[in-house]
Amino acid sequence: MADDTSGPDPNSGSNGSLNGGADLPEGFPHASQLKQAGITSLADLHDLESLEDLAGIGPAYARDIQNALEESDVGAPAAEAANGASPEAATTEKRPSPLSEEESEAPVGGAATQQTTDIPEGPLEETVTYETYPADTYGHEEIGFADEEVLDLLRNMLLQRRFENRCRQMYQRQKISGFLHLYIGQEAVSTGSVNAIDLGEDSVITAYRDHGMGLAMGITPEEGMAELFGKEAGCSSGKGGSMHFFDAEKKMMGGHAIVGAHLPLGAGLAFAHKYRGDDNVCLCFFGDGAMHQGAFREACNLAGIYELPIVFVCENNQYAMGTAVDRAFSKPDLFKHGYNFDFPASLASGMDVFSVNKAVQDHVENYARNDQPSLLEVRTYRYQGHSITDPAEYRGEGELDQRQSQDAINRLQDYILERDLATEADMEGIDEAVKQRVKDAIDAANEASFPDEEAIYDDIYTQDDYPFIA
Amino acid sequence: MATLEFRTALREAMSEEMERDDDIFLIGEEVAEYDGAYKVSEGMLDRFGHDRVIDSPISELGFAGLGIGAAMNGLRPIVEFMTFNFSFVAFDQVINNAPNMRYMSGGQFEVPIVFRGPNGAAGQLGATHSNSTEALYSNIPGLKVVSPSVPDDGKGLLKTAIRDDDPVVFLESELMYGMKREVSEESDYTIPIGSARVAREGSDVTIVAHSKSYHIAMDAAEALGEQGYEAEVIDPRTIKPLDIETIVESVVKTNRLVVIDESTPFTSVASEITHQVQDRAFDYLDAPILRVTPPDTPAPYAPNLMDAYMPGVDETVDKCLRVLYAE
Ligand SMILES: Cc1ncc(C[n+]2csc(CCOP(=O)(O)OP(=O)(O)O)c2C)c(N)n1
Ligand SMILES: [Mg+2]
Repeated sequence: MADDTSGPDPNSGSNGSLNGGADLPEGFPHASQLKQAGITSLADLHDLESLEDLAGIGPAYARDIQNALEESDVGAPAAEAANGASPEAATTEKRPSPLSEEESEAPVGGAATQQTTDIPEGPLEETVTYETYPADTYGHEEIGFADEEVLDLLRNMLLQRRFENRCRQMYQRQKISGFLHLYIGQEAVSTGSVNAIDLGEDSVITAYRDHGMGLAMGITPEEGMAELFGKEAGCSSGKGGSMHFFDAEKKMMGGHAIVGAHLPLGAGLAFAHKYRGDDNVCLCFFGDGAMHQGAFREACNLAGIYELPIVFVCENNQYAMGTAVDRAFSKPDLFKHGYNFDFPASLASGMDVFSVNKAVQDHVENYARNDQPSLLEVRTYRYQGHSITDPAEYRGEGELDQRQSQDAINRLQDYILERDLATEADMEGIDEAVKQRVKDAIDAANEASFPDEEAIYDDIYTQDDYPFIA
Repeated sequence: MATLEFRTALREAMSEEMERDDDIFLIGEEVAEYDGAYKVSEGMLDRFGHDRVIDSPISELGFAGLGIGAAMNGLRPIVEFMTFNFSFVAFDQVINNAPNMRYMSGGQFEVPIVFRGPNGAAGQLGATHSNSTEALYSNIPGLKVVSPSVPDDGKGLLKTAIRDDDPVVFLESELMYGMKREVSEESDYTIPIGSARVAREGSDVTIVAHSKSYHIAMDAAEALGEQGYEAEVIDPRTIKPLDIETIVESVVKTNRLVVIDESTPFTSVASEITHQVQDRAFDYLDAPILRVTPPDTPAPYAPNLMDAYMPGVDETVDKCLRVLYAE
């Protein structure tokens, strides 16, 4: 793992776009570690006796590097393969930078830090590139979906919406208690993302607005509804409630209800993937509001220095409770906050399931190529109040109607008709089946039993006879 | 038996466990290149490499949370806080995430993690650097809290803590790292969490004390012996779960109890022990239970104030004499 002695990389003139390269061949593993150890080219590497003599390069890194070196010798750098489709647009902004564009002198005397006190003449400038993934840009085939799979996407988004419409009703009937935060309007984010990963192997962690993500990952409506009713058959055995949906098998690592607190957990999930040497990644979702927390900064920085396989996905639904993003951020383009960590960062429409999917695919692939964690901002909108009791009077006039006119489910239905993937009647059939499934889940949840009272003592400690004080 | 410094005993515990199980790694500030702020992890970087002995920047919230996430995903992290004063920056992670995950997920996730580092006052460091956190952490269901007083217990209990499938807060002491005592050379030496040690037998008064206070208790017992009173000294070793049976058994024999605790008195470990003993052994008590704790104030700096602040031998002897009605 990286140690913490390095300063900003003086050779880096950019925070790396999703296609960003390095001095070593693009995508060369552990390039930043190598640079810290003074290795900037393949020739330098060939000159080395043993990789493991390098500061900061353990046996696992050495293995990766050796493999890549051998591959590059056969003339096939891993990097050039991927990233076929280039995103439609890239936003470039010029900004002064504290980092030098110049190659810095190698430090003398075997210094462990590459920072220098020799300040270059200014002003310094650097160019940053951000990919964007606007709505109505991608067709399903080009991003890897077969025709019938498009209907699965629709089915999944409808499931989330119908499930949550019923949640509202069940809350009013006092079947559901506690806080209830609905995801309605944001379904393209969960469905688009989950369909871009290796479900059950990659890990996913999110905040408390988690029903949609849970359903997208395969928590059944029965398990979800039972959880909301507080029943033992729930996805968290009735111990978690709305904000704490878990499914270990699917690697749904939770809904988490302290704003920002799960971002370091995401870094840890990614850490374990890397430590074990599996090729999996963590998708870590959080709201715009979570980005204010110090935990965001700490998680990003640790992910950066340890080169963790994680994509930080900010679901910017424009509000944290009643606080609009532009009232709360000194820099309201949230994707640009990735710059501080030298992350590739990009911006996607959350109102189009294909845009989300393509963006997440690219971010995941980027890690495979460049060992870089990254930040993806998805712009979306929640149609309901913050929680079920919030009438959302802080919205602008006509705002909700305008956003709903962009609805991701309608958009997908239009797409399906346009492409002749199904008829209106087919889609109605799908919707009816989904509604029936949710209704059955409610019936099952009604029938299901609450946990035994003794369960209050279960699953606190592993030890069965733990001496609780009652 | 080998004679080892406390820090060496702890290092042996970690190293033996890391040798045994590849899923264990150590992360914290200055644990690797610097060889440990208090040299507990000295040499471990050389032995295990950067992949398993990991320097973190000054980011307690971040690396505590990272450890918990890694534990949820199958690893067994040892997280070192440079001191537990800095664990407050990670408070949310330690008290809200680590201990609740198993429960809230209906048992789907476990968090086998050890948070370790020095706890309690360590001389004249002022109020921010003198916190005793055992009462705080033991208030949290889902955490276990261990606080050894001698190197041998340190080694045996740390090995057990690392093997435990639940989060353990393991409280060491800056002032005791250099203390040399005998440590078992038994291979695979472990001590169960939740078992107290009767360190000295006696029939007149029971003194309960953990960590540094244990040594005060032993000195006080010595002094009482010179006055003809035999004190029984019990080191609970684990604050949570607390081996109350061993304490109650002793009180049933001596009928008198004094508890030394470095945490400030309001809702302290001493208050909890006091409550539990009166609950279980009220009829056996011949005197009110007395506590030796700091006053309910921040820790001061001036040497005379700090002396007055910390629990001491004289105060302990006085309180024992009071419960013995021997003043
Ligand atoms: C640390 C913390 N502070 C405050 C809250 C109360 N709270 C719950 S949700 C929320 C707003 C979060 O907004 P955002 O992150 O944008 O997520 P969204 O609700 O939009 O999905 C607040 C302030 C909390 N749960 N945790
Ligand atoms: Mg929000």
